[in-house]
Amino acid sequence: MSALARAITGWSLIRAFTVLVYLFMFLPVAVVVLLAFNANQFGSFPMEGFSVRWFAALWNNDAIVRAFKTSVLLGGLTAVLSTTIGVLASLALVRYDFRGKGLITTAMIAPILVPEVVLAVALLLFLRWLEMPKSFLLLLLGHVIFTLPFVVLIVQARLVAVRREFEEAALSLGANGFQTFREVTLPLIMPAVFAGMIFAFTISFDDITGTLFWKPGGVETVPTQIFAMLRHSISPEINALGAVMVVVTVAVPLLGAAIARRMATTLK
Amino acid sequence: MAASDAEAPGMRPWILMSPALGAVVLLLAIPICFILVYSFWLRSAVGSEQVGFHLDNWVEVLTDRFYRDILLQTLRIAAISALLCILLGYVPAYFIARSTTRHKTVLILLLMLPFWISYIIRTMSWINILGVSGALNVFLLWTGAISEPLQILYNEGTVILGLVHFLLPFMILNIYVSLDGIDPNLVDAARSLGATGWQAFLQITLPLSLPGLAAGSLLCFVLGAGTYITPMVLGGPRDAMFANLVFEAIITQLDWPLGSALSLALLVILGSVVMLYTRFAGIGQLAKSFR
Repeated sequence: MSALARAITGWSLIRAFTVLVYLFMFLPVAVVVLLAFNANQFGSFPMEGFSVRWFAALWNNDAIVRAFKTSVLLGGLTAVLSTTIGVLASLALVRYDFRGKGLITTAMIAPILVPEVVLAVALLLFLRWLEMPKSFLLLLLGHVIFTLPFVVLIVQARLVAVRREFEEAALSLGANGFQTFREVTLPLIMPAVFAGMIFAFTISFDDITGTLFWKPGGVETVPTQIFAMLRHSISPEINALGAVMVVVTVAVPLLGAAIARRMATTLK
Repeated sequence: MAASDAEAPGMRPWILMSPALGAVVLLLAIPICFILVYSFWLRSAVGSEQVGFHLDNWVEVLTDRFYRDILLQTLRIAAISALLCILLGYVPAYFIARSTTRHKTVLILLLMLPFWISYIIRTMSWINILGVSGALNVFLLWTGAISEPLQILYNEGTVILGLVHFLLPFMILNIYVSLDGIDPNLVDAARSLGATGWQAFLQITLPLSLPGLAAGSLLCFVLGAGTYITPMVLGGPRDAMFANLVFEAIITQLDWPLGSALSLALLVILGSVVMLYTRFAGIGQLAKSFR
């Protein structure tokens, strides 16, 4: 009995510790969201009533609206490009045997092994040597290169689980390689393709490390806009923008997961 | 089967691969070679660099005490952060691995959530907590424990706090993946042979979870040591990390050659940590947390 009691206390200690760690992870963000609704004009405690005036202020702030549009466009293009080339590469890596496969697999995940600052400097220098000025294109290429490994890892993992017999059946029934891919392989790996796109979008939407190096003068994304605003002081507007960011970066993956689940069930 | 099909598989993987491979070569491999070349050039007052083979930047980076001190500070901050992540992360990872299926899904979903919540938001959120008019100070003033707001922000401690907050999910996830793969029968066997719960943990569970612990530590260390945003937001003027020097050289001073030498130094140092790790554990462990 006492051994049982001890086991229960041990386990409840573990549970209590876990709860504290989860609080540590989420409480500060919850405070940001809470303060976004603060009527007080300094954006700090104590709360002085509930208000959405800071969200209205965001909507009327041209710089912020522009940054938001830039971020969405950049994230969307990054997701499409990165996923397209990532799916093709995953097909090659999983479905074919060729010389140098190990090396190429490493090369595909190399962009996450290199510190982002170094990646940022390298790409910037190369463009400088080519005498190309900083541009939206540079930003896009930069985001594609560091989201690519995530797409490849996710799609590869799914592709390994898709049995080759399905593709072989299609081929033996007279479909060509492209038809087989479009009609058989792609629908089967669609959840992973979708997950890869969502992943790429959120990473791009969220990125600041590389973006601060690559962005042309005058162009801001939401994170760099927040960073620039933080230079002055923390304001309720930043908290409101933070709350919007949290909603976007959390809602997009959740929505994506729901759609992916729908797709998975329809396939069955 | 046409004859072309017999030849095709030879080329097909390369065709499929070419856009991605092209991107990696053009946007990563060649640019990194450029850093190397640039690091031997010299900055000139007129704007364009002096081409050539000069060791000046390297001599400066390798011998200047200022750079050495910041490098050591960076490695220390990253190591302390990784260590704190282990201390804070192991128990929750254990709890998730051992909890019932329904709890498990929720806990893992929650664990993924911080990955989605913006890094800059999570970093700046601490200003709301620890700032002069932050939650902590307001609370302490209200209770009467202090009469003046405390200056707790903008020092090395808050930089480490910010890093731990950012890196902890990576650590928990990696340890969890390792713990979850352990056959529960092993612990049962140890218990039935007379080991206490604690002994079974120390001799079975802990050693078997070391690969995840190592992968998590590596990830936390490398990500932590490469950051420059956290010290800029949560650190004071003296809490610069190595990547801040790179940013400073390239963006503020426009000293491209020096910036190149600095970022290459960072790449070599962090790269050798990764190499050392893959030598012992293999790259596969890192990829596991994505499955």
